[in-house]
Amino acid sequence: MSLRAALHDAALEVFDLRPWPRIRVDEETWIRAVFGLHTGDVGLTALWGEPGTVHMGLIEEETGEVLVLSLDCPDGHFPSVGVTHAPALRLERTIREMVGLVPDGCPDDRPWLDHSRWGLRHPLGAAEPVPAEGAPYAFLGAEGPPMHQIPVGPVHAGIIEPGHFRFTANGETVVRLEERLGWVHKGIEGLMIGAEVERAARIAARVSGDATVAWSLAFARAVEAAADITVPKRAEWLRAVMAEMERVANHLGDFGAICNDAAFSQMLSRCGQLRERVLRTAEAAFGHRLMMDRVVPGGTAVDLADPRPIAEMVAAVRAGFAPLIQLYDNTVSLLDRTVTTGRLDPALARVWRPGGHVGRACGRRFDSRRLPGYPPYDALRFDVPVRETGDVDGRVWIRIDEIGESLKMIDQLLAGMPGGPHRVEAPTTGADGREGAALTEAFRGDAFLWLRLDGDGRIARAHLRDASVFQWPLLEAAIAYNIVADFPLLNKSFNCSYSGHDL
Amino acid sequence: MKFLVESLMRRPVTEKPPAADDAALVELGRCLDAVAHRRLGRSLAIREVDAGSCNGCELEIHALNNAYYDLERFGLRFVASPRHADVLMVTGPATRNMREALERTLAATPDPKWVVAVGDCAFDGGVFAGSYAICGGVDAVIAVDLHIKGCPPSPRALLEGLIALIEKSA
Repeated sequence: MSLRAALHDAALEVFDLRPWPRIRVDEETWIRAVFGLHTGDVGLTALWGEPGTVHMGLIEEETGEVLVLSLDCPDGHFPSVGVTHAPALRLERTIREMVGLVPDGCPDDRPWLDHSRWGLRHPLGAAEPVPAEGAPYAFLGAEGPPMHQIPVGPVHAGIIEPGHFRFTANGETVVRLEERLGWVHKGIEGLMIGAEVERAARIAARVSGDATVAWSLAFARAVEAAADITVPKRAEWLRAVMAEMERVANHLGDFGAICNDAAFSQMLSRCGQLRERVLRTAEAAFGHRLMMDRVVPGGTAVDLADPRPIAEMVAAVRAGFAPLIQLYDNTVSLLDRTVTTGRLDPALARVWRPGGHVGRACGRRFDSRRLPGYPPYDALRFDVPVRETGDVDGRVWIRIDEIGESLKMIDQLLAGMPGGPHRVEAPTTGADGREGAALTEAFRGDAFLWLRLDGDGRIARAHLRDASVFQWPLLEAAIAYNIVADFPLLNKSFNCSYSGHDL
Repeated sequence: MKFLVESLMRRPVTEKPPAADDAALVELGRCLDAVAHRRLGRSLAIREVDAGSCNGCELEIHALNNAYYDLERFGLRFVASPRHADVLMVTGPATRNMREALERTLAATPDPKWVVAVGDCAFDGGVFAGSYAICGGVDAVIAVDLHIKGCPPSPRALLEGLIALIEKSA
């Protein structure tokens, strides 16, 4: 029997979560799951809290089956997961400061998103006012006579989001990078509490602007699961067109930007033109360049009147991108910067389970479009590209290959587009406490969203976990013993979301 | 080599500039005076600061640099330090965690300087208004000279606003 099945058998109570089970467990079963994470029998997909209860989302990678364990914490404590499973560390720090539950044994008790600037503490628990005076942060040490520190941010030199990077270097070589994030924390989960579905959908669409379609899709699918809404087939196919266009646009932007960080600006210019073509097509087809607020619970906000501009865009991008692949592959000065740079250890990737290009460049096959899977991807033919090198070059090639796969998918989606309505008007009112969850594949990896509806159909509680959550810490590992000057290149090859992480 | 020849043969993809946005011109009239025009001419250096955005605005600001919009032909360019900037272009609701960083970035920018708030969140907090973690729009932290609205504003809307800025400062 698999560990997931064994854990499920130990359920004290089964809750109304769809499409996967959520069960109440005792402390012994919780600890058994923690050991299971350590041995790799299950993977961690989310860890979050609400007043009095902590939740652990587990995934069995071979089957894509998800199981959520819930442990009641009457005394406000729970056994730490991070003590033996490092990917849980920042999640536990977040639970402690947001909800006030204490992870017993967690080796890191520093605050994470809470910079002592909000004027209150435990905003998702029993919130109470505290002075907003800021607080010093104890960075981890790296000692020795030749070491020097380079503090970077939160305001960076480029047009990017804010975050702080503390490098400790020996000459040019990075010995340690420590990230400090949380600067763009907007209180998204707090805003979700009590929000009408329409308002919450607009917030979900702004978790990370570059992945707005994927996050809207995760939100819509979770609401539809909770409220038992069946969306029309056409909506599912239209959503996939948008999701794949979003993936192509982002990968084009990243590919150009990575090359630009190696001072090869021609690629940025040419990819920028192709990206612009995708965005203009999105505006013509769906009425918004980034397709924001176009995926909504019940279907899509707009129908696709004329698919021809999208088909023309696909042909144009395919034709325009092919010579750029050749250019990348034949430019030795560029490859000199990307090959072997910022290599991520596959052993770390196995433990942290990073999604998207970070994982796939490191041998991981996980893709939530395949497993657990969601329509219409079961009706599409596509490959999930995997590489083994784990370096910047590997992440570039994953993007190149995924652009090709997404273009192929858009062709299939347009050719087989079902007719009928693109949306159903379905109320979300019903019993109090219905829950839904979804995993969707954003361009940077899987996005997890869980929510609970109240009787009036509003959001009672929600949790969102961006792919960046498990990728950011790996950036720290991948830069170690590389030179400082390669950091922009490496950072861009990860392209983690600050906003999606900070919420 | 093939790329080089192609580039020589092809016409630029850069498009005609849009006219300055009227509303933006009116708003700018209040803040740009003759002294600034004399000192800066038609060239402005812009420092972009994300004070809490979802990164949607950043994507469209990036697009300003692509070949279609080619921002630099107007004398506008993005710089890496506030010390080199005439304009701070601020996105996002101003989060409480970013308040001090935003204030210090403004303090590091030499006079004369202007603040352009980009996006609906930068105007009044947008969908994040009311959260414990945000101060509100950008003007809840620093004074704003020009708002460019939109979620996110398109590159064309950004261009209209910025062209208004240089026309007033020229």
